[in-house]
Amino acid sequence: MVRHTIEKAAEIIFSLCAFMAVAAVFSITLYMIANGLPAIFQAGWKEILFSSVWQPTAQEPSFGILYVILTSIVGTFLAVLLGVPVGLLTAVFLAETAPDSLAAVIRPAVELLAGIPSVIYGVLGMLILNPFLYRLEQKLFAGSQTHQFTGGANLLSAVIVLAVMILPTVISISETALRAVPPELKACSLALGASPVTTVFRVTIPAARSGILAAVVLGVGRAVGEAMAISLVSGNSVNLPLPFQSVRFLTTAIVSEMGYAGGLHRQVLFTIGLILFVFIMMINGILSSILKGERLE
Amino acid sequence: MSQNKISTDKLNLYYGDNHILKDITIGIRAKAVTALIGPSGCGKSTFLKSLNRMNDLIDGVRIEGTVYLDGKDIYGPQVDVTRLRKRVGMVFQQPNPFPMSIYDNIAYGPKVHGVKSKERLDEIVEQSLRQAAVWEEVENQLRKPALGLSGGQKQRLCIARALAVEPEVLLMDEPTSALDPASTLKVEELINRLKRKYTIIIVTHNMQQAVRVSDDTAFFLLGEMVECGTTDRLFARPTDRRTKEYITGKFG
Ligand SMILES: Nc1ncnc2c1ncn2[C@@H]1O[C@H](COP(=O)(O)OP(=O)(O)OP(=O)(O)O)[C@@H](O)[C@H]1O
Ligand SMILES: [Mg+2]
Repeated sequence: MVRHTIEKAAEIIFSLCAFMAVAAVFSITLYMIANGLPAIFQAGWKEILFSSVWQPTAQEPSFGILYVILTSIVGTFLAVLLGVPVGLLTAVFLAETAPDSLAAVIRPAVELLAGIPSVIYGVLGMLILNPFLYRLEQKLFAGSQTHQFTGGANLLSAVIVLAVMILPTVISISETALRAVPPELKACSLALGASPVTTVFRVTIPAARSGILAAVVLGVGRAVGEAMAISLVSGNSVNLPLPFQSVRFLTTAIVSEMGYAGGLHRQVLFTIGLILFVFIMMINGILSSILKGERLE
Repeated sequence: MSQNKISTDKLNLYYGDNHILKDITIGIRAKAVTALIGPSGCGKSTFLKSLNRMNDLIDGVRIEGTVYLDGKDIYGPQVDVTRLRKRVGMVFQQPNPFPMSIYDNIAYGPKVHGVKSKERLDEIVEQSLRQAAVWEEVENQLRKPALGLSGGQKQRLCIARALAVEPEVLLMDEPTSALDPASTLKVEELINRLKRKYTIIIVTHNMQQAVRVSDDTAFFLLGEMVECGTTDRLFARPTDRRTKEYITGKFG
């Protein structure tokens, strides 16, 4: 009898906890929509999404976030373009070629990389990357009349920092996917006279493709949502996302302005949050459809 | 001796400290089917894999003695392992098509070995699938994933895949043990046809199968090759007591 009561109680507690997670997602969604939408009606969605003039505190304020959206998209894309090949090849190395002793050193190092707080990445970026890129900038744009010097705090810095930050995600998930490929499949390829390198690229990676794709998508998610590190290295002014321009991301816009913004300005920042939220939702949607496809195969 | 495609001389193989193959000396006739029989764990698969150097992939393997293919030592310093494996193809116990289309499965090997022309690849794909007696069943779905085929079709696809690189020798490790009787029959007929062109070595647990498909048989026990000879002779008049006990089902 007592046992029965405990069982029942446990069941109720489990369902309550599960319900809380669902309730949190649900209320966040509602809250984001309720707070993000008003500015769109007030300022007009064209004015916000398709104008590039961001002057929220001017006499005649203008709330165009086109450049900010573009920066997040381009920055994330470039970071993935840089980080995914490096991460995937690292995963191949760990899963296929590294001797156990070496893998035993690299794997914890990668895990450590994942555990470093993002503000540290930002600080290191400021100290190491920015001066380096500033020197490069001075060389590239020497004598230019039009270039606004960024001191190295620009899109390129942010992209590099993001690329490093998504590495652990890409590496560990791709490695798991590569290890899950049956050894017999690789043996079939080798037995046909394919070299080990050919086998990795033509059989093992294709066979692990859905896992690797999931790694990429999670990397994109991490890059889109990152704020702290890139707010320190990206220069933080609203510009078209070109490598040597200071830029502002969706996330860094909120971080840097929420403190003092009021009125419509503040509401537009919520709209930015809503856009970010939609991006993340889309990424999650893509991920779950990949995983579903995986199960069907 | 001259018509031997493959021969081994005092072949010894160790996994770490375990002595798996002991002084194996055998000649495999060209364009004939040789069956390897023997109880589980006696080293048949290990022996087979030492003929195309698939054991190289395993850590801690040590090999002594020599294996000759057309009189040349395949463990010699000049040997290109990928060339060797192209010449000595392998079909595994579990059919394992690559997760790609039927066409790409067959075209994989030739592409790896440098065939680029689309027409030539089309030709190879059709010819290999025909040779493996599975063309009629798949010709209308070449672009479909190979993983959708039945077990028996998959195995014949894997045979076709091995044939596509034009090997001289085909090693088959219990190729029918995962198949139903009808598919088994198809694969056996296939082996009978293929031996006109290829030297075939097949591992089997099924005595009837050995009698049906092979010209020669070698009996392995605890890492030793106890007896070998023509299949007719070995099954009718085994010279070794252990062979006799095994083929009459006394043990194993
Ligand atoms: N990768 C390996 N590492 C260590 N020992 C192994 C390995 N593979 C096989 N062995 C050992 O080598 C011996 C021979 O194995 P093998 O697979 O060649 O036997 P088999 O005759 O093919 O058996 P079966 O009929 O069950 O397939 C066995 O004792 C096995 O435990
Ligand atoms: Mg075996």
